[in-house]
Amino acid sequence: MEQYFRELSSTLFTGLAAGEILLLNYQGEDSDFVRLNHNRIRQVGHVRQQSLQLDLIHRNRETSATLQLSGRLDEDSAQAQHALGRLREQLPLLPEDPHLNYAAEVHNSIYHGEDQLPAPEQALEQLMTAAQGLDLVGSWAGGEMSRGFANSLGQFNWHRGHNFNLDWSIYREGDQAVKQNYAGFEWNDEFLAQKIACARETLALLGEKPRQLKPGKYRVFLTPSALNELMDMVSWGGFGLKSHRTAQTPLLKMVREEGRLHDTVTISENHADGFTPRFTRAGFIKPDQVELITAGQYRGCLANARSAREYGAEVNCASESPQSLEINGGQLHQNDIFSALDTGLYISNLWYCNFSDRNHCRITGMTRFACLWVEQGRPVAPIDVMRFDESIYRILGDCLEGLTHEQEQILDSSSYEWRSNASARLPGALVKEFTFTL
Amino acid sequence: MLTDWQSIIDDFKNVVPGVEFWSLRLVHDETEMLSVREDVVQPPNLAQSRGAHISFIDRGGMSYAATSALTREGLAAACEQAQRWLEASRRHGLIDATQVPRPELSGHYATDVATSWDNWSLRDKLELLQDINRSLRISPAIVDWQAHLARRRTDIRLVTSDGVHIDQQFHYIIPGYAAVANKGAQTQERSGGGWGSSRQGGLEQLAGFNFPDGARQVAEEAIALVDAPECPVASADVLLMPTQMMLQIHESIGHPLELDRILGDERNYAGTSFVTPDMFGSYRYGSDLLNVTFDPGLAPEMASYGFDDDGTPAERTHVIRDGVLLRPLGGVQSQARAGMNGVATARACDWNRPTIDRMANLNLEPGNSSLKELIGSIEYGVLMDTNRSWSIDDSRNKFQFGCEFGRLIENGELKGLVRNPNYRGISATFWRNLAGVGDAGTFEVWGTPNCGKGEPNQMIHVGHASPACVFRDVEIFGGE
Repeated sequence: MEQYFRELSSTLFTGLAAGEILLLNYQGEDSDFVRLNHNRIRQVGHVRQQSLQLDLIHRNRETSATLQLSGRLDEDSAQAQHALGRLREQLPLLPEDPHLNYAAEVHNSIYHGEDQLPAPEQALEQLMTAAQGLDLVGSWAGGEMSRGFANSLGQFNWHRGHNFNLDWSIYREGDQAVKQNYAGFEWNDEFLAQKIACARETLALLGEKPRQLKPGKYRVFLTPSALNELMDMVSWGGFGLKSHRTAQTPLLKMVREEGRLHDTVTISENHADGFTPRFTRAGFIKPDQVELITAGQYRGCLANARSAREYGAEVNCASESPQSLEINGGQLHQNDIFSALDTGLYISNLWYCNFSDRNHCRITGMTRFACLWVEQGRPVAPIDVMRFDESIYRILGDCLEGLTHEQEQILDSSSYEWRSNASARLPGALVKEFTFTL
Repeated sequence: MLTDWQSIIDDFKNVVPGVEFWSLRLVHDETEMLSVREDVVQPPNLAQSRGAHISFIDRGGMSYAATSALTREGLAAACEQAQRWLEASRRHGLIDATQVPRPELSGHYATDVATSWDNWSLRDKLELLQDINRSLRISPAIVDWQAHLARRRTDIRLVTSDGVHIDQQFHYIIPGYAAVANKGAQTQERSGGGWGSSRQGGLEQLAGFNFPDGARQVAEEAIALVDAPECPVASADVLLMPTQMMLQIHESIGHPLELDRILGDERNYAGTSFVTPDMFGSYRYGSDLLNVTFDPGLAPEMASYGFDDDGTPAERTHVIRDGVLLRPLGGVQSQARAGMNGVATARACDWNRPTIDRMANLNLEPGNSSLKELIGSIEYGVLMDTNRSWSIDDSRNKFQFGCEFGRLIENGELKGLVRNPNYRGISATFWRNLAGVGDAGTFEVWGTPNCGKGEPNQMIHVGHASPACVFRDVEIFGGE
């Protein structure tokens, strides 16, 4: 599609009037989706979608349209020209835009990831065979994803990758289940088999009578997956320049009242480590890394094109919500987690988080899947699901005892409208006090 | 009609392979969004989504393919993809595809529009949004303010190899405004004018959302909330206004009653349900005052329609009557799997996703109490308005919800504001504490365009209409 996007762009740029600037963003996906329940196929299909966003700029005004492409140049050109006609009618009716911002310098880039995906039918055969006799439920999403940017100033960027995201749970009974994920670019039969074997071991433990915890404060270990759920909430306005300047960030206390996290906590948006394109929808190139919190103290924000113009900052992201978040690893080694936890709760997954007091970054949510009660360094039983209500200032601040040395890279399995290419690289966290309420 | 579907259908019929059954769902969706934030007109966007969803059933297999390439070649390629997956479905399918019911009736549905979007010029709409911005920016304490107005139009045509032909045309209006007030490290947001919701219809629906008239009040309340005391920590009564009842119904009645959750399809993502098939017909879900309907015919409500996306005609049905659970929310596929009756709620968010069980319009029927009587029935409690936080376990049982706005009620009278009002409970017992249901005068039509579920993920609009309601002995608390 790269060549097609070049041709389509060229056609549209040729027709521009004097003074007009056109930004084009292409998004394409060729994906298989297979949904499983009871280790059998519930729904299976393929989605091919291609869209084009046109941002027309003239006399400091901007308006945009998004349309689906058919892949036939004459038809798509006509459709895009029609859309441009509508935008041209709108532009004179708009006031000047003081926050208009687009890349004026030309930075071209091309990235083609190698296609090393397995045939999805075969990967699923292996999964269902390995999980024979188990109650497996989950989904496969895989295929090609591509993004392109072109502007009438001469810039062209292309990013194409192929990946898969196999996300599943294996249930023992009721809500007792092991959650697992295997995502990446290259398939490994043995790795999958090991995962399922590991799940079978944990399932045996889930057969123990679940502990019913009373509300109160408990010592806990949060796996990288559980911490990721919490960071998804913090990322909801936590690191964006606009939310900081309008006092809506849940980290407001860090800016206004010298609130801080534990000095072992360093958080960054690591663009270079992620899988999103390095160009933004306005044509800017992202830096390798943006430091957000350094040694527990607020350091900086993510600024998209409009915020950067409004507040006089440099553009350093496409989205003010992190897409490649990293928390640095600490000193706790993976093999020492249970002994360091001693007696408490091993939290494999959290679920459905939301703010109970945004001003204090206090988050509520639920435990989910194989959360285990641990006694004297040994997991002994699952627990019935519990609701927590706790502040990030305590979880990653006063109550943090340690972060694991090892980090886990988590590829986002979400697929609203399009498959996501966001990711996070996170350690696990040992927390001496974590509040459960229900 | 946004697209001439017939030539696409003709092309499809020329390339579709010989399978026992096919259906073709064509969708054209257009959304035009206007917004003004902090007095600055944001770049308008006109978003169009257009594509085809093809489903095959053949020799025990069932598969789909979706494409935005609506050319003969694009449709042929999609048919090949769907065929490719048929074999895997035959070998490993969960469902006996030969038992999947097929749509039988043709028909059409169209939203009533009294005042078209195009009746107002772009300049008029932007001026209105700028006026609202001025009404919101009433003090330096207001640190962010914005208003938006959008319209969405969706045309769907479903045709099948059996000759069924269903046309549905939907028009939505999507308004809203919000103000954020701050002092030091205390920030409070208040929204209104339909923020976070939508209605079917045209610009005539704006008045029902108090758009634009409630803007100044929203800003005043945001400022007042900054200095208000925290919601008390107590076991108390709550009076939930329709803007919060909407969320309460959605999370702790709607989702647990979705039949695909009960059948386990969602266990890896959206979750399961505390409701089991044996409960239908006898389980006491709530007090006698609880009456809940699936109502696809309440005209301005977001998820009104004539047919679901599997082509099943939709009709009003009680799912809970006098507190007793009667029916799940599930389309014909889930009904066949579970061997029980449901309602026409197999829906897809767009052409690029398959149908799954959703809740559509799920409403709590009005009772007999005026708002004054509801307040008068409370010795000590809190009125809560406008949802802002939602969290519930994967079985849809243990929940915690928060609102933008709270007011104390003491000895049957409304008192001062409280900020950060939250409450928590358990679905299985909460509804049995329903002690008062407002009359038609308190009944409001709401809903959300952002209900997420499914693998691949789908975000869809659902409608919830409700009166104000009183619940006894609820655990309430505030912030800090």
